[in-house]
Amino acid sequence: MREVKLTTPLSEKDVRALEVGDRVLLSGQVVTARDRAHRYLVEEAVPGKLPFDLAGGVVYHCGPVTRRRDDGTWELIAAGPTTSARMNAYVGALVERFGVRAIIGKGGMAAGLLKTFGECGAVYLSAVGGAAQSLAAAVERIDGCHKVDEFGAPEGLWLLGVRDFPTVVTMDAHGRSLHDEVEATSGRQLRTFLDTA
Amino acid sequence: MKLVESIVELYRRMSCELPVDVTAALEAACAREKAGTPARDAIEAIIENGRLARENGRPICQDTGCPVFYVVRPRAPSEAEIREAALRPQREVGWQPVKRAHLKSPGETDIRDAILEATRRATELGYLRPNAVDPVTDVNSGDNTGEGFPIIHIEEGTTGALVIDAMLKGGGSENVGARYSLPDASLGAGRDLDGMRRCVLDAVHRAQGRGCPPYVVGVAVGGARDATAALAKKQLLRTLDDRSPNAALAELEAELLEQTNRLGIGPAGLGGRTTVLGVKIARQHRHCACYFVEVSFGCWAMRRARLALDEYGATHA
Repeated sequence: MREVKLTTPLSEKDVRALEVGDRVLLSGQVVTARDRAHRYLVEEAVPGKLPFDLAGGVVYHCGPVTRRRDDGTWELIAAGPTTSARMNAYVGALVERFGVRAIIGKGGMAAGLLKTFGECGAVYLSAVGGAAQSLAAAVERIDGCHKVDEFGAPEGLWLLGVRDFPTVVTMDAHGRSLHDEVEATSGRQLRTFLDTA
Repeated sequence: MKLVESIVELYRRMSCELPVDVTAALEAACAREKAGTPARDAIEAIIENGRLARENGRPICQDTGCPVFYVVRPRAPSEAEIREAALRPQREVGWQPVKRAHLKSPGETDIRDAILEATRRATELGYLRPNAVDPVTDVNSGDNTGEGFPIIHIEEGTTGALVIDAMLKGGGSENVGARYSLPDASLGAGRDLDGMRRCVLDAVHRAQGRGCPPYVVGVAVGGARDATAALAKKQLLRTLDDRSPNAALAELEAELLEQTNRLGIGPAGLGGRTTVLGVKIARQHRHCACYFVEVSFGCWAMRRARLALDEYGATHA
């Protein structure tokens, strides 16, 4: 596997150079968003009017555990990915309208998004589901948060400052999805188990 | 004895310390995956994650789940025993009035209240993420308590001890749970154990990497929807080396462990040799018209623990 270090904001050229299987170590800033935040971004928010910039940005499907310190700043306790498939309906708009270049999550997303990724130059990066401490170790700081009081802590948008955040490309801008490949291979094996019993 | 504190400690252990059998199974899985593959990277991160969580006293996973409690409370005295104790309070009798002092401290009215209070404290301490959302108002309660949250099953035991088994059930694994009503023509699944086998294979295939494999798979077969759903989830409490006392089910557990792993879904669903760490099956007598197969998934972060309290004190396992 190739190992690539990238820093946000991501350029179209860097993202298009990525291929399924590449290890990507991300530095810079990622924005967490789950179900509620996706609906907000796509249905209510206006690109350019947010308190953060998503152009060339990275959206992380994550609802972190955080704790407010006595001085009012936030401490990150745990931050692993949530299941991305729940956000299938929204991610296309994030890429097309907001210029998001990478999604980090777990479990992969709908094959239909591969077309958008190819057209706009975007990728899906898998982080290890459940590995909330290994991943939190790559988060250096919380730069801010948005809508946390309104949506609740897990559903809010957290701006995380990361260094060498470990991911692997599992959907690229060339139409490949490791998730679809694993599903197809395991499906063939499943059929042999169902037919030969 | 402070019941609330003991349950907070139960929460800490569940949230921050992976059970030893699960850790051992993950380490064995790591050795099976080829170096340099996404599967091997994933399982190495999982093992490193377990070490960090334990050492730093932090949650293994940011989704600290929905807590599920299985409480066996001390046996209540019978009418005859109460009468005898009341009539002859000084005499040594066979039955010892259950010593409930260890269950109570000021403000604790019963076990349920103690669990709720411990849940609030565990949330404050950062062992739990606030996960309880009212589906009507969409408001997060902020402290992991709410209608039917946590889930608490209470039954009466046969001794004076209080035993609490609990798990933290993540939402990702909960979402990939599946239910089948047999026969199911699309799977070629009839109303028999082979039909059940087909359902479990199909459920694991459908789950892919969405619920954080390697999974622990709990299965229940029977004939009532509510009972099989609860029974399948309760199987996730069993240690990985536990085999069903029913010979046919024990055989099927082993066969399904082998077959689900040959699906090749792998750690994190990125392909690989370990998809499932254990398959645990239980049965409930079914209504003659019904044949349900319920499949409940535990993610690799299979967080479960036990607290036992008797007159001698608290035991954590």
